[in-house]
Amino acid sequence: MTVLLVAVGGAAGACLRYLADRSVRGRFGSSFPWGTLTVNAAGSLILGVLTGVALPGVPMPVLHPLLGTGLCGALTTYSTFGYETVRLFVDGARLRSVANAVATVCAGLGCGVLGFLGAAALGGG
Amino acid sequence: MSSDATPTETTDAPSVAPRRHGPPWDVLSVVAAGGALGAVSRYGLSLLWPHPPGSFPGATLLINVVGCLLMGALMCLLTEFVTTHRLVRPFLGVGVLGGFTTLSAHVLDTMHLAAAGRLGLAVTYVSATVFGALLAVLLGALGTRLLLRRAAGTR
Repeated sequence: MTVLLVAVGGAAGACLRYLADRSVRGRFGSSFPWGTLTVNAAGSLILGVLTGVALPGVPMPVLHPLLGTGLCGALTTYSTFGYETVRLFVDGARLRSVANAVATVCAGLGCGVLGFLGAAALGGG
Repeated sequence: MSSDATPTETTDAPSVAPRRHGPPWDVLSVVAAGGALGAVSRYGLSLLWPHPPGSFPGATLLINVVGCLLMGALMCLLTEFVTTHRLVRPFLGVGVLGGFTTLSAHVLDTMHLAAAGRLGLAVTYVSATVFGALLAVLLGALGTRLLLRRAAGTR
């Protein structure tokens, strides 16, 4: 049952990532991987919110595998981020490569903390 | 009018004309299947190597580094050595490896480490993941190139 929830969430997350990346690429071009950065920030924010909501120790046997492990896990990606960062560096765009690595780490952590604190403040208030 | 156009159904240059029609359902289907497979593999590994919140998240680190190694190898293979069906890259790259690796779980692990007061370990974990992942992409690509060139040379 849990495996099925992870699979459904994972399928939806990967599709959302593909569509979001495609749409961002169409709007802003491919000189900087804005699409991957966007989905990584969004997925970290959602997982932060989910964790903040779950803070009081309420077990979430359905929501966590479906939305946390599945959806957020597959919406965000490290392999595409890694590939795009190395690609920029190898192609000579070293500044953009480093900027992408720093921005991804900072946006991921920042959004995660923000989502968690926001949800905890609203839910636990 | 390039003579080496691949004999697929899309003979009009897709990179020139902006695509205004709806989502490509065949690509979405393989991305969904790959994403489900990748996410379930990640979930399976997290069951095999569990880490309570606040302990070192070895499973997530391994998942992201191995996923990056495979991504480096895959992209080298697809861009330099073989011409495959156009759905192979979305299935394996966007779907399986994209769904297997994750930033959100990495972020959550880091937050748990920081909340447990283990700030040094949190910094170590983030650095190990970033540098490990980038190095893995490079090693995957260079290793694949070396192996395949050597294999081609000795044939």
